[in-house]
Formats: sequence, structure tokens, C-alpha cells
Amino acid sequence: MANLVQMLEAEQKEKFGQNLPQIDPGDTVRVHVRIVEGKRERVQIFEGLVLGISGSGSNRSITVRRMGAHGVGVERVFPLYSPRVDKFEVMRKAKVRRAKLYYMRERTGKRARLKERLRR
Amino acid sequence: MKGILGKKVGMTQIYGQNGEIIPVTVIEAGPCFITQIKTKERDGYDAIQVGFEEVKPKRLTKPELGHLQKADAPNLRHLREFALDEGETFELGQRLDASVFEVGDTVDVVGTSKGKGFAGAIKRHHFQRQRKTHGQSDRERAPGSLGAGTTPGRTFKGKRMAGRMGGERVTVQNLKIVLVDRERNMLAIKGAVPGAKDGLVMICQAVKAN
Repeated sequence: MANLVQMLEAEQKEKFGQNLPQIDPGDTVRVHVRIVEGKRERVQIFEGLVLGISGSGSNRSITVRRMGAHGVGVERVFPLYSPRVDKFEVMRKAKVRRAKLYYMRERTGKRARLKERLRR
Repeated sequence: MKGILGKKVGMTQIYGQNGEIIPVTVIEAGPCFITQIKTKERDGYDAIQVGFEEVKPKRLTKPELGHLQKADAPNLRHLREFALDEGETFELGQRLDASVFEVGDTVDVVGTSKGKGFAGAIKRHHFQRQRKTHGQSDRERAPGSLGAGTTPGRTFKGKRMAGRMGGERVTVQNLKIVLVDRERNMLAIKGAVPGAKDGLVMICQAVKAN
């Protein structure tokens, strides 16, 4: 019998992980975040580069980095199975050789480009 | 008093109603059987003895088997007692499962903490570390003074020092039940619970619940 923890995590994945695309480090993703303001609910989009994936099972999350105003980098962590995220959209996939792209934090402008990966 | 025995399975996170993440400990709770009822007249106090985890008969001694047979219970590895409140009645051999609790109940969880081996005063009694610089050497994790000088001329009994830590009974109070699954005998309790995975835990109604 599968462990109860694994069963519980599988259920959470089943429940919240519908239509989840394959996301890899180096991808540029668009995250549709549900934001509750008082009683109203709206969807905000956060688009950026996936620096890495952490966690396992239903606790898997991605770190997304985006350039904010005045060249200030903004990083947000999104749980993949969170009900607060409406959906993830993969805009672009890139060829990278590392699981964690922390070196991208030091790069700006032309050096911050990644080569697009067309297949897989 | 409501209570049940269970086995710690592990921790995970689940999503709450507003999408917030709740850290939970998953416990395989029950099925348990009432193996003995203690009464004020015969034993001096009112309690129920509850057994958990069915095993092969060869794992138990003959006296244990005989005791369980009296209650018509299966061969159970662990026996623990829960005190009874006034007016509560249970039957011998009665089966208890995870549904004795409901979502939202507050409970106390008793377990045996993980053994830490021979631990220093800092880890064992939360002493402060001494400074790392200013010419100091070899004193960083030392416990400091053990007491006064010629008077009293000895170290008091019970002075907190290094020694064996862990592997003792620990109670965590006022934890919330987040999930109850009767079919799978599963309870999910918010927060951490003492002990290693596969360790026996006692879950009782919170003493200080309000």
C-alpha cells in the first residue's frame, strides 16, 4: 500500500493540477495569479524566467524572475498546485545546462539572453 | 475523553479553503479496540485501555494473548490508557476509528521524541553560546559556571548539564485536526508531532481547549 502521505499528495495533484504544462528551468512562463481584494477577485499576470524547481509531490514550486522597474529584479515563488494560481502558460523554452539558473541574477541586457530550444 | 492511538506516517502540506498552505502531519489512526475497562470500584480510577496495531500471535506473550481474548479483540501490539470523564460509557471490545474526531477539533498529541544521543547543554537546555572571539578558545559551547564556590561547596542536584537527550515522552498541546478519513483510518493534524516516522502516538482531546 502506498504511504498515506503519498496518497494525500496524489489527491492534491489530481485536484489542483489539471492542465498543468511541463515546466522546466529556463522556460519563460506567464503565471495567472488570483488576487483577492476585499470581496473582489481578479487575475494578475506575472511573466518571467523559471530559475528553478523545488519540492516534490504536491509541494513542488517554481521560482520565477522578472525585471521590474528601474532594473530591479523581482522573484516570486509559486506552488505548482496552488489553488491561488489560475494557470501557468509556457511562452518560451530555452536551452540550459543547469537545474538552477541562479547565475541569471548577475546578468542583465544582452548577457541575459538564453538560446531558445525548439523541441522536447 | 476522546482518544485514539496511531502511527505517525509523515508530514506534507495541503491547501486550505482560501488557497493557503497548511503544514500537516499525517497519522494512521486506528482501528483501535477497547481491551479493558477500569472502574473506580475495582481499580481506583475510571479509564479505558485501548489497543492498536494488529500483529501475528507469535509476537505477543501468552499472558498478553489471554488478556486480549477476554475483550474478544485481535492481537494488538500496543496498549494505552485514556482517562474517562464522568458519565462516559464504553463497551469492552468496542472498535474505535479515526471518526472519533471531527475536522476542527483541538487535540493533544503524545509521542516519544527522537533520540538525540549525548547532547551538550546548548542543545539540551537552550543555554547560550559563549563568544567566539576576544581571545577565547575552546569555550564556545561550554556550559559556564556550575555554581558558587566554597559555600555551598558542591554542585546542586539537578544542575542542567550535558547528557542523553530525546527518546522521552513528549506532549504537544492544542493542535487542530485538518482532515479525517474514516475509510483509510487517516488523520491530518496541523503542525508537527513528536517522534520519528512509524512511531506510536496517542491523540487525545485537548486538555486546555477553549
